[in-house]
Amino acid sequence: MRLRIGWLYARTMNIYGDRGNVLALVERCRRRGIEVEVREIGVGEPLEPGCCDLFFWGGGQDREQIAAAFDLQGAKGEVLRGEIERGVPVLAVCGGYQLLGHFYRPHDGPELPGLGIFDAWTVAGSRRMIGNVVVESHEFGELVGFENHSGRTFLGPTAQPLGVVRIGYGNNGEDRTEGCRYRNAIGTYLHGPLLPKNPQLADFLIACALRLHGWEEPLVPLDDELARLAHAEAVARARAQRRTVVLPLPFKRR
Amino acid sequence: MGLRTSLATVAGRAVTWGARRFRIGGGTALPGFLALQLHPGLLRELARQLPHGTIVIAGTNGKTTTARAVAALLETSGLAVVHNRSGSNLPRGIASAFIEASSLTGRIRGDIGVVEVDEFALPAAVQALQPRMLVLLNLFRDQLDRYGELETVVRTWRAALAALPSDALVVVNADDPVLADLTEPFGARRWTFGLDDLTVALPALPHAADWRLCPRCGSTLTYERVFLGHLGIYRCAGCAFTRPPLTVTGRSVDSVVPLQLEITVGSSALMLESQLAGVYNAYNVLAAAAAGLALGLDAALVARGLATVEAAFGRQERVRLAGRELTLVLVKNPTGFNEAIRLLVLARQRCPVLILINDLDADGRDVSWLWDVDVEALQQLAVPISTGGIRGGEMALRLAYAGVVPAARYRGVAEALDRWVATLPPGSCGWVLATYTAMLQLRRELARRGLLPSFWVQ
Ligand SMILES: [Zn+2]
Repeated sequence: MRLRIGWLYARTMNIYGDRGNVLALVERCRRRGIEVEVREIGVGEPLEPGCCDLFFWGGGQDREQIAAAFDLQGAKGEVLRGEIERGVPVLAVCGGYQLLGHFYRPHDGPELPGLGIFDAWTVAGSRRMIGNVVVESHEFGELVGFENHSGRTFLGPTAQPLGVVRIGYGNNGEDRTEGCRYRNAIGTYLHGPLLPKNPQLADFLIACALRLHGWEEPLVPLDDELARLAHAEAVARARAQRRTVVLPLPFKRR
Repeated sequence: MGLRTSLATVAGRAVTWGARRFRIGGGTALPGFLALQLHPGLLRELARQLPHGTIVIAGTNGKTTTARAVAALLETSGLAVVHNRSGSNLPRGIASAFIEASSLTGRIRGDIGVVEVDEFALPAAVQALQPRMLVLLNLFRDQLDRYGELETVVRTWRAALAALPSDALVVVNADDPVLADLTEPFGARRWTFGLDDLTVALPALPHAADWRLCPRCGSTLTYERVFLGHLGIYRCAGCAFTRPPLTVTGRSVDSVVPLQLEITVGSSALMLESQLAGVYNAYNVLAAAAAGLALGLDAALVARGLATVEAAFGRQERVRLAGRELTLVLVKNPTGFNEAIRLLVLARQRCPVLILINDLDADGRDVSWLWDVDVEALQQLAVPISTGGIRGGEMALRLAYAGVVPAARYRGVAEALDRWVATLPPGSCGWVLATYTAMLQLRRELARRGLLPSFWVQ
C-alpha cells in the first residue's frame, strides 16, 4: 500500500510547526508498513484529479495567503473541490482553513475569495486570539492544541463545527465553536503539532485515505504512550493558563 | 542635567540596592522602570552625556553575545563602556544599566554605550539613545505568539532606521536578504558583513528558514550558498536583487569548534580566534569585528579584544557539578535550536544531552516551533537524550517522531538536573539545551549549589 500526501503551499504556508502534522502522518503510516510519498504543491503548480490521497494545508502570513487565494481561483481550485467531494481527506489549518470558507475580509484591502467548501466566512478582528485550546469533539473526543489568529470565522447554517471549545477562543471567541467539517475535510485553528498530540485525528485522515483504495480494515493500533503524555501535559497547561472560564451553556450557533 | 534626572537616578539606584540587599531578583529592570516613570526623558539625558556616543545592537539571535564582544573590543582599547550586560534589553533594562553607571547627581561615568535592544523596542531605543552606530544581525522567527508576524518586525525596524541621527552608521549582516533590502537606502553610511565560505554551507535551505521570497518583488530567492537559516548568498530570479557587496568578509572557517575566522576588509586580512564556537558565533564575531573596524579601531586590537570574549548567559557556558562538566546552551527559536544541534554534531560530542523546554511568557507559550527544528540530526550523535521542563513531554514526543527514543523524561528543571546528573558517570560530561526560563531556573539551581555567580554580577 502506498499513500500520496499533497502538501498544499508547503513552502509558503507553513508556520507554527505545521510540519509536525505531516511528520505525524508519515511516521504513523511508516510504523504500519504503509509507504508514503509527500508531494509539495506550490503556487503556480498544477493539481491533477486523483494525484493525492490526502491533503494538508497550513497557515501563512498575509502575503502568502493572498498568493494562495489567487492561485486557487480557476481550474486548480475546482480540482481541489472535486477531490474533497470525492471524499479525499483534508486537514486545513488557520490560513488554509480560512480559504476553504466563502471569503476572508481583511481590515483594509479587497476581500479574499475562498473556495466555499465550508459554509463559513472569516472577518479580520481587532485582537489576536492566542493560547492553548481544548476542544471537545463528538467524533474525535478531546483535542488539544494552540491557537493564534485574529481572523474570526463564523459558520453558516449548513456548516458542521469540528467541536465545542472547552478552553480557549475557537472560531471567533463568541459562539464556542471550533473548526469545521465537510465530508472528510477538516478545518481548524489548532495549529502546529495537532496530529502528533491528537493521534486519533491523524488516524482518521489515514483511514479515509486508505478507504479511497478500497481498504476497509481498521488501522493497526500504535504505542501512543508519549502522545498521551504530551496531550495531558498540553491540557494541563491550557487549564493553568485559561483566561476565560467557559460554563456548560447550551451550544449556540450563529 | 536637571533635578529631575538626579531624582530619577537616585530612586533607581535605591531600588537596585534594595533589590540586591533583600535578594528580590537581580534588579535588572525595576530600577529603570521606576526611574523612567519619574522621568521619561532620563535615558536620552544620560545617553547624550557619553562623549563617544552609543552603539545599538539588534537581531533575533546573537545580540547578547555580539554586544559583549563589541564591549570587549572597546574595553581593550581603554574605553569605559556602559553596557546592559545582563541582557535586559527593554528600555527599562537599558535605563537600569545607565543609572547604575551614573552618579547620584545624574552624571554618567563612561565613555561609550553598548546597548542590545529587543526587536520591538528598537524605535523607542533609537529615539532615546540617538546612537552613532546601529548593528543589525538577523531577523528570525521568535516567539510568534508575542511578536506577531515577521513583517511587523520589519515595519518596526524601518521606523527605527528612520529615527537614526543623520550621521549614524549602519552595520548590517548582508547575508540576511531582508536586512540587506531594509538598509539599502543608507548607501555610503552602511557597512555590510557576511560569510563567503564553502566549508560551512548547508546542502539546502533548512525547513525552519523564515524567508524564501525576495523582499522587493516577492519572487522566490535562489541561494548559491546557505550558511544558517535563511542567511547566505542569494539572488532573485525575478528582479536584480542580490546580496550586496561586502565591506567585511568572513572566510576560511577552518574550525568552527573553536572558532577561527579570517576576515578581509578591502585588501587587508585579519585572523580572528574566539573561545566561542559554531557558525552562529562566526556571525557574531564577524559583526563585532565589523563594528570595531567601522569605528576606526586598530585591526590588531580588534583581534585581541575578540579573543577575550567569553560565552554569555547560557551560550555554551561551562560549569562543573558533582564532578561532571556541563555545557549550557540556550535555545529559544527554531534557528537557534538547529544551530545548537549542528554544534553538537560538528563537535562530535559524546556526552548525554538533556533538553529542558518551558512555555512561560518569556519562552513563548506556544511550543509548536519544536516541530520546525531538525531534531532528526540528533540521531547521528548516538548518545542518550533526555527531556524535562514544563513541556518536556512535548519534546519527548518530538524526539520520538524523529526516530530518537528519549532516554528519560523528568518533570521540573531542578528534578531533571539532579536525577539526570546522577546518571552521568563521575568525571564525564553532559550538554544541557534549555529555553530561556528553563535556563534561568537551571542557573538558580546551580547558584544555590554555589556553582555560578548570581545573574547580575557576571
Ligand atoms: Zn526580486
